[in-house]
Amino acid sequence: MFDALTSRMSRTLAGLRSRGRINPVDLESTLGEIRTALLEADVALIVVDQLISEVRRRGLEALSLKQSGINPAQQVITIIHEEILKVLGTNARSLATAKRPPSKIMLAGLQGSGKTTLAGKLALWLKEQGNTPLLVACDLARPNAVQQLQIIGEQIGVPVFAPESGNGIGDPIKVAAEGLAFAEKRLHNYVIFDTAGRLGIDVELMKQARAIKSAITPDDTLFVVDAMTGQDAVNTAHAFNTAVGIDGVVLTKVDSDARAGAALSVTSVIGKPILFLSTGEKSQDFEPFYPERMAQRILGMGDVATLAEQAKKALDEKSAARLEEKFTSGEDFTFEDFLEQLQAMKKMGSMSKLLGMLPGMPGAQGAAMKKQIESIDDSETDRAAAIIQSMTPQERINPKIINGSRRLRIAKGSGHEVSTVNRLLDRFTAAQKAMKQLRQGGSGMGAAAGLPPGLAPSSGSMGARAARAHERPVKKSRSGNPAKRAQEERG
Amino acid sequence: MAIFSKFSSLFKRAHESAAHERGHIDWQELESTLISADLGPTLAHEVAQQLKEDKKLSLHGALEQLLVTKERQLNLAVAGPTVILVVGVNGSGKTTSVGKLGALLAAQGKSVVVVAADTFRAAAREQLETWAARSGLICFGGNDGADPAAVAFDGVSQALERGADYVLIDTAGRLHTKEGLMDQLGKIRRVVEKRAHVSEVLLVLDGSTGQNALAQAENFTAAVEVTGLVLTKLDGSTRGGSALAIERSLGIPIKFVGTGEGVGDFSPFSPEGYISGLLSQ
Repeated sequence: MFDALTSRMSRTLAGLRSRGRINPVDLESTLGEIRTALLEADVALIVVDQLISEVRRRGLEALSLKQSGINPAQQVITIIHEEILKVLGTNARSLATAKRPPSKIMLAGLQGSGKTTLAGKLALWLKEQGNTPLLVACDLARPNAVQQLQIIGEQIGVPVFAPESGNGIGDPIKVAAEGLAFAEKRLHNYVIFDTAGRLGIDVELMKQARAIKSAITPDDTLFVVDAMTGQDAVNTAHAFNTAVGIDGVVLTKVDSDARAGAALSVTSVIGKPILFLSTGEKSQDFEPFYPERMAQRILGMGDVATLAEQAKKALDEKSAARLEEKFTSGEDFTFEDFLEQLQAMKKMGSMSKLLGMLPGMPGAQGAAMKKQIESIDDSETDRAAAIIQSMTPQERINPKIINGSRRLRIAKGSGHEVSTVNRLLDRFTAAQKAMKQLRQGGSGMGAAAGLPPGLAPSSGSMGARAARAHERPVKKSRSGNPAKRAQEERG
Repeated sequence: MAIFSKFSSLFKRAHESAAHERGHIDWQELESTLISADLGPTLAHEVAQQLKEDKKLSLHGALEQLLVTKERQLNLAVAGPTVILVVGVNGSGKTTSVGKLGALLAAQGKSVVVVAADTFRAAAREQLETWAARSGLICFGGNDGADPAAVAFDGVSQALERGADYVLIDTAGRLHTKEGLMDQLGKIRRVVEKRAHVSEVLLVLDGSTGQNALAQAENFTAAVEVTGLVLTKLDGSTRGGSALAIERSLGIPIKFVGTGEGVGDFSPFSPEGYISGLLSQ
């Protein structure tokens, strides 16, 4: 989601890095570029200007000190990083819990921000941790919102308290209170209240939201905000915070390519942290928010820690270790590996989501590779798996031998057109090539922390490793000996 | 309304404005105002630059120049029902817009069929049915999980049989970055076109969307050739400036605006009102 900002920042910072010594004029032009980048990313104007003036002040200070041994460019980068981290909110926290269950969570936000979908995701996340959540349908305004929540509840196996059918009929305050009583009686340890979407300027609806809040006294009132929102996010958040009171923020539609700046500045303006990210259409596309990771991502360091964590969940230790060895040793990426990864990825979530976590890869090659991987979507992974499964083991290891008649056989075997098989082969070859180049350190920053090694659960310190990769030029390892090469890469 | 006093000289038409008055303008402030309306830093800078250079240009005029298309009527079918495909990202207000547009057309005495081809989101069909019942529209829908292209095809066939004037096809919300889902949209269009020509593809854009709006429009246009924009949720403090960039760079006209929660809060786009809205604070 922060791709565009990341690539812009990467370019700017690469300019700084290559120089080593900077003067106030350089600093000013860099700040100008960062300002534009942040504004294009929809970070609120007021937040951008605060950030820029703070970086300028500290940057000039650092320049005047001229400490020997410290690279001034590196210093400015550190300052920007720190300041962005400040904007993102320094104190990440998880969901608040009540001393005496049930813990009550109220969701509020604009229409279409994704509250109902999020209610389901949050419930599933809680359920997976062994809790017994209850969903309460308090959105009685939007046509069939209640029904939507009921269907979601059924899908994820979480009970839904919905005494009113909605569509403008019924009292949401009463439903909320009854829902709470119901949860207490049935000993649910979490209750999630889905409320109607409303505008910050709608006095009546805000009053109603406040009334619901005082009826149930939630432990956590979460403001749900669309990651694609522009400058207005700040006004809305401010209005909700003043009228209803917000304890935390949830960012939705994070799987878009929006740069989500405004949603982040929400935390700066109301001073409340982002708790969760909603990252896809499936109920499990939901994850806790880590400011440090996001700040790194904005600066082009990628969200390798999250990626590694998810990979840990999906890949079993053994196959991951094998993959890691394969990549560090410079062996070719084969269809066998591809299939294995496809299956693992299915467990992890969609390709494009994974892609968002990769470090920024500036330059045409990085963009090309992203495009390659991006163009593989979920239904396509099924198709790809079918095609690969129709190949002989030999073909999987050495795709070069796949000639016309083999293609025809594979197409027939997998129930696809030959053209589909060709497309997959082309894509695979391109991806294989890109990975090879990446491994050889062709793309500069981020290369050392590229996808394949990042998939390894054994390297829990990927984040640190990625950060280290930034501070020194990527070593171009050329060793033919796998063990030696791996050692070299680890430094 | 602070901006009116701050930039008052910019609001005057050419002959009223003395050239020297522009010396007092705080251009930085002007750019900031435009950025706050989601025009984006580049476009805001461009507008300010234009005003600096052309002293006869008013702020209103400069913004109006960005609205490059003049034709904002719905494209109508020559014969048979006018088929309108409604697309957009999740939560932008597609179903609501379909309901409201249907009501608007029905109020003009047209017979309208709405097709719930969103078979993905839970209860999307029921939501459209509720809208249809409210305003006397004929609703046609498929079961959850059904192939949306098939549902759209059947819906259009039904409308043809009934001799309806309009068919509005509501599709599932999808992020423009999901290539597979965008392909599916292309398929819906192709399949429908086997039955009847699609006269209009409306992209529904949440008025509070920031700079990502252009990416949305680009990707949807690549998939299904968008012919018009519906700008929704302009009832809050949002001003919808990102639509300006879309109209200017892609030449896609803004055709309708959604301004509230009621059935009637939906109207054809008026450049005058929109620009005034952009500049209000």
